[in-house]
Amino acid sequence: MTQAVIDSARLGPPLLALVGNPNCGKTALFNLLTGSRQKVANYAGVTVERKEGLLRTPAGRRLAVLDLPGTYSLNPHSPDEQVTCDVLAGRLAGERRPDLVLAVVDATQLPRQLRLVLGLQRLGLPVVVALNMVDLARSRGFNVDADVLSRELGVPVVSTVAVRTGGADALLGLLDAQPARAVAAPGRADVAVADPQEDHRRVREILKALGLDAMQAHAFSDRLDRVLLQPLFGPVLLFALLFLIFQAVFAWAEAPMGWIEAGTSLIGDTVAGLLPQGMLRSLLVDGIVAGLGGVLIFLPQIVILFFFILLLEESGYLPRAAFLLDRLMGGVGLSGRSFIPLLSSFACAIPGIMATRTIQNPRDRWVTIMIAPLMTCSARLPVYALLIGAFVPAREVAGGFELQGLVLFSLYVAGIVSAIAVAWLAKRFGTRDRLQTLMMELPDYHWPSLRNLAIGLWQRVVIFMRRVGGIILALTVLMWFLASFPAAPAGASGPAVSYSFAGMIGRVLAPVFEPIGFNWQISIALVPGMAAREVAVSALGTVYALSATAEDTAGALTPLIAASWGLPTALSLLAWYVFAPQCLSTLATVRRETGGWRAPLLMAGYLFALAYLASFVTYRVALACCA
Amino acid sequence: MNAPMSPTLAAVPLSDTATGAPMIVAALIDAGVPEWAQRLRELGFIEGETVRVVRRGQPGGEPLAVRVGVSTFALRRAEAACVLVMPAAGDSM
Ligand SMILES: Nc1nc2c(ncn2[C@@H]2O[C@H](COP(=O)(O)OP(=O)(O)OP(=O)(O)O)[C@@H](O)[C@H]2O)c(=O)[nH]1
Ligand SMILES: [Mg+2]
Repeated sequence: MTQAVIDSARLGPPLLALVGNPNCGKTALFNLLTGSRQKVANYAGVTVERKEGLLRTPAGRRLAVLDLPGTYSLNPHSPDEQVTCDVLAGRLAGERRPDLVLAVVDATQLPRQLRLVLGLQRLGLPVVVALNMVDLARSRGFNVDADVLSRELGVPVVSTVAVRTGGADALLGLLDAQPARAVAAPGRADVAVADPQEDHRRVREILKALGLDAMQAHAFSDRLDRVLLQPLFGPVLLFALLFLIFQAVFAWAEAPMGWIEAGTSLIGDTVAGLLPQGMLRSLLVDGIVAGLGGVLIFLPQIVILFFFILLLEESGYLPRAAFLLDRLMGGVGLSGRSFIPLLSSFACAIPGIMATRTIQNPRDRWVTIMIAPLMTCSARLPVYALLIGAFVPAREVAGGFELQGLVLFSLYVAGIVSAIAVAWLAKRFGTRDRLQTLMMELPDYHWPSLRNLAIGLWQRVVIFMRRVGGIILALTVLMWFLASFPAAPAGASGPAVSYSFAGMIGRVLAPVFEPIGFNWQISIALVPGMAAREVAVSALGTVYALSATAEDTAGALTPLIAASWGLPTALSLLAWYVFAPQCLSTLATVRRETGGWRAPLLMAGYLFALAYLASFVTYRVALACCA
Repeated sequence: MNAPMSPTLAAVPLSDTATGAPMIVAALIDAGVPEWAQRLRELGFIEGETVRVVRRGQPGGEPLAVRVGVSTFALRRAEAACVLVMPAAGDSM
């Protein structure tokens, strides 16, 4: 089994497509088969685009495997379901029709899932059924006999446990036995033509043959739902949970952040001690160590945040949160369906915007895309954390709450409140669509498996480190270059950095940003921040390391800015980052998903206006109060 | 005592049933968006299936968490109104 997701539509090995209802474990199986690490979570609509991977069976056969968005039927209702149906019909541009359909079926949800299998069989493609989650079925006291099911359906059926190593061995054996590139059987290939009544009758027959015609619902999920969805207790618990997460982000991260900081300064000192004064030393110490160290220090907080997000995702609580917030979102013209895309935007707006594909109503989808960047993405966390660490005292207030955690929480809330306001405006002044569709699955609760949690967290660490080692490093070096050249003329009085390109750019931008309290150092840090927001922090690290007159070394950004900025400036910068209009990859994603420049331009414009306005007000009010 | 002869006679919209009361789907009607009835069928709201409102959100009793067969879905009231149900008699299936 080799890994890597490949994106090729060229003719290659036989193409195997994973198809099934949402949340039946397709992606988990895909990961197991191909060694990929695509996102898996316990709610419907995790996968929203096609992903290809390569599988090598034990006998050495090569198969291209396609992971597809889940669908309830072959009659698409939303953009993500459309992808699956198009692939199955061979209608997707640049994509060949699959040679084999691997129908993934959740054994605990058989009735609904078997109806889709019957539909898939009508497509005229060879079908193999993976009877997944048999471990859960067994623990709930029923056994689904794969042989009986295979006889009833007339296609091969194998049991799988997609979240266990070796859980797909039987499937691999079967794939080895299948004929190479099977020819599509001719015949009843019309997708839409299906008699639901007839299918339903067939499914009942099959269930009877399996001895499962009186399947019981998951009693534990039922009991838990009665508590967690309780009209009063439910929302209170949700809010308390979110609040605790932000407290933990600060409280638990303190120690590891200290270690990273100590490590950074140790490296900075060592390098400085080894190299002679000069360009190279400046690049390494002031540029790379100061810049990257400044970002790396936030790794613990990001890990903690994602630990909780993964826990929520894996348990199945997320759609319940969407349920609880549906009414609130209905008040501003959205539905609970927008909740998960918006929540994903806390990690990064890009997957959030992708996830809006699960929203059926086009207007809802558009508004959700527009407000997704207002959710504070994890790239902004370093900026927040730096400023909070520098300007908010670490003390306890009102019965044991960390003041810093409280401020962080309120910044996230500020983003959410603005999103609500923007959505409300869109509802008030935009077109009102017809009735909204919610119809959202509330999956059975699962115990989050430690292994999956660990893998998911490790993924986040890898992604973050890749960013640090990639784009952030590149921009940091660029920033160092801009801040170091040209050198100060002989006999110059001010710090050398003010004569550099960065200094010049900063002075050009200064008139724009002076009214909101940003000095030239901040102004230039905002520029590379457009490519990756964390770079604003590393850029500040570099600029300040270079402008420091004394021999300061890396890792000391916090006290530096605490000493040189006023509180109004810090607050203004925080307000700016609540809206932070400058993220180029988000805008590119919006363009792709909406198919035009209108939405991204509108988004950039309104976010910039909001950011400027919020910073201006914050700065002026803070100035007035501090004076 | 006797089960009603015509299924739609005693049928009420799912949205009007008491929380926790076991029901049986009698029919699906087009009330709201045209494709709703079809989608609800695809989700498992099929004639003869057992359904039950597990919880109602607040305010306004919306949305509804509905158990249908072995699955649970969140529905808006207008969506649940497309599902006509009858009380599940204790002895019949
Ligand atoms: N216990 C158990 N859990 C499983 C199994 N397969 C998948 N899961 C869990 O089921 C949930 C859904 O898995 P995914 O792989 O994301 O499902 P999907 O079909 O790709 O879902 P969509 O992309 O939303 O259509 C996750 O929480 C998995 O951890 C299994 O065989 N056993
Ligand atoms: Mg998936």
